[in-house]
Amino acid sequence: MTAIADPTTVSTATRLRWAVGDCLALTKRNLTHVRHVPEKLIDVTLQPLMFVLLFAYVFGGAISVSGGSYHEYLMGGIIVQTLTFAIMGTAVGLADDMGKGVVDRFRSLPMARSAVLAGRTLADMIANVLALGVLVAAGLIVGWGVHDGVGSAIAGFALVLLFSYAMTWAGVLLGLLVRAPDAAQGFVFVVIFPLTFLANTFVSTQDLPSGLREVAEWNPISAVVAAVRDLFGNPTGLPADPAWPLQHAIPVAIAWSVAILAVCVPLALRRYRLATAR
Amino acid sequence: MNVHRTNLPAISATRLGKRYGDRWVLRDVDLDVPAGTVLGLLGPNGAGKTTTVRILTTLLRPDEGTARVAGFDVATEDARVRARIGLAGQAATVDELLSGRANLELVGRLYKLGSRAARARADELLERFSLADAADRLARTYSGGMRRRLDLAASLVAAAPVLFLDEPTTGLDPRSRNELWNTLRELVDGGTTLLLTTQYLEEADRLADRIAVIDAGRVIARGTPAELKARVGGERVVVTLRSEDQLAAAAGALAPLAAEPPHADAGALEVTAPVSNGTTLLGVVRALDDANVAAADVGLRSATLDDAFLTLTGHATHDLEEAA
Repeated sequence: MTAIADPTTVSTATRLRWAVGDCLALTKRNLTHVRHVPEKLIDVTLQPLMFVLLFAYVFGGAISVSGGSYHEYLMGGIIVQTLTFAIMGTAVGLADDMGKGVVDRFRSLPMARSAVLAGRTLADMIANVLALGVLVAAGLIVGWGVHDGVGSAIAGFALVLLFSYAMTWAGVLLGLLVRAPDAAQGFVFVVIFPLTFLANTFVSTQDLPSGLREVAEWNPISAVVAAVRDLFGNPTGLPADPAWPLQHAIPVAIAWSVAILAVCVPLALRRYRLATAR
Repeated sequence: MNVHRTNLPAISATRLGKRYGDRWVLRDVDLDVPAGTVLGLLGPNGAGKTTTVRILTTLLRPDEGTARVAGFDVATEDARVRARIGLAGQAATVDELLSGRANLELVGRLYKLGSRAARARADELLERFSLADAADRLARTYSGGMRRRLDLAASLVAAAPVLFLDEPTTGLDPRSRNELWNTLRELVDGGTTLLLTTQYLEEADRLADRIAVIDAGRVIARGTPAELKARVGGERVVVTLRSEDQLAAAAGALAPLAAEPPHADAGALEVTAPVSNGTTLLGVVRALDDANVAAADVGLRSATLDDAFLTLTGHATHDLEEAA
């Protein structure tokens, strides 16, 4: 008879190693899905490419920013927007899993219960890195570049990936809250679309009407976008007297990411336990 | 009787209850399954079989009562329970976007078998469940019966000491069903404890050491298959009539031959009665003839779950479903 993996009878180190193994096994599962259904990658490959080209050439001529070219300004915004929208894949994928019997199978196994969620976020992060690669390539084509050195650029990429990882957990939470995958899609659209547009993503907050401008400047997306532009050495297009978060964009962007993780991870884990115990 | 049987209960439940709002779907369920034996949980759809399995496999929390599986409490020691059980639920729980082999390997990895052992185990089970030829195809291309077999294979990956199978043969063709029964018999002879749910008396008869009949969330009868069949009776004689006014005459004619009072169904124009072993069809026809009953059809058949329900609960299974 096969040895039984009882997580309560082994050392903490072994238990941790098992939990990581569970998470990687689930990550591999999600990536295998992508290999069998490559269309799943459209939103992280063709879609960002299309956005860069559309915005650069359609809006590029109509919008001007102080301190540099619009193409250079645009990339920080479009990178953050694309990776924020990627939570749709997370939410839909998880909602889809939850509606199927396969989660029952996982829950009856001696595995870390968080692995189903963590494996999903890891697989989606790998997709996000791919999307980032496509965006960088598209950016280079339209004349974007980094100007503050390699270290600073790497810090910029790291920051945007940190924020997108936090948003992935928001996607996990959403995927667990909705009753059907379609609902997750609709919800992401009505929340994330205004969130990424009511910000400094495509235009400077300077030109927004009063009221809207304050909302945009306190929007976490704006802080992340401003921080990334700063780290890439791109024009930030900040008004002369920006709101407090935009004056400290880098620490504020990190703080938002940590805060989103601190709220969404425990809520998602709790929700997963409840949603599956009915 | 097999050598592995001990008195240690592998599954025990005390006054289990589960409700949704004020509707109890399970109430006062007591179970006791000694290690190395098979309990058949027999009942119609909606009786509470799946709810019982979900509670015992830690997927659902009971609102009342306690249960222990492999010596551990399902509510407070759920991780230890999960390390010792295999489950094939009623809905096939395979991952459609993975191949059959990848499904089993994933389950093996999650049981901490190690990648080489997980692969070897997957091959072995694919072979045993006649899925070797389809091993590398995506599970979504599988037929219903193949998915069911893959799901059953997944429940056996870790060779867990306690196995739960929720209606394991639903959707299987007769050959696969026989193969599964043989496989399960081997496992139990090897010491595995099995709880299986079924709607079929034949299946419970074939596999179970003991049967608990469950109806509307309560255990209404329990015993060995022989004990239950003795209560239900063996064969049934069924007389189909041409008109309703002969129902009483037919029932009267059958009464002396029947083990229990005949049951007249005016809608179907049928009179059914359990008969003792010595009764022949010829004797039944003669008795009807003597009573001047013109039967459209007379037949003998073996007891079914419907008969069991009629005998044990006083109402037919379809009455239940209509009431639900």
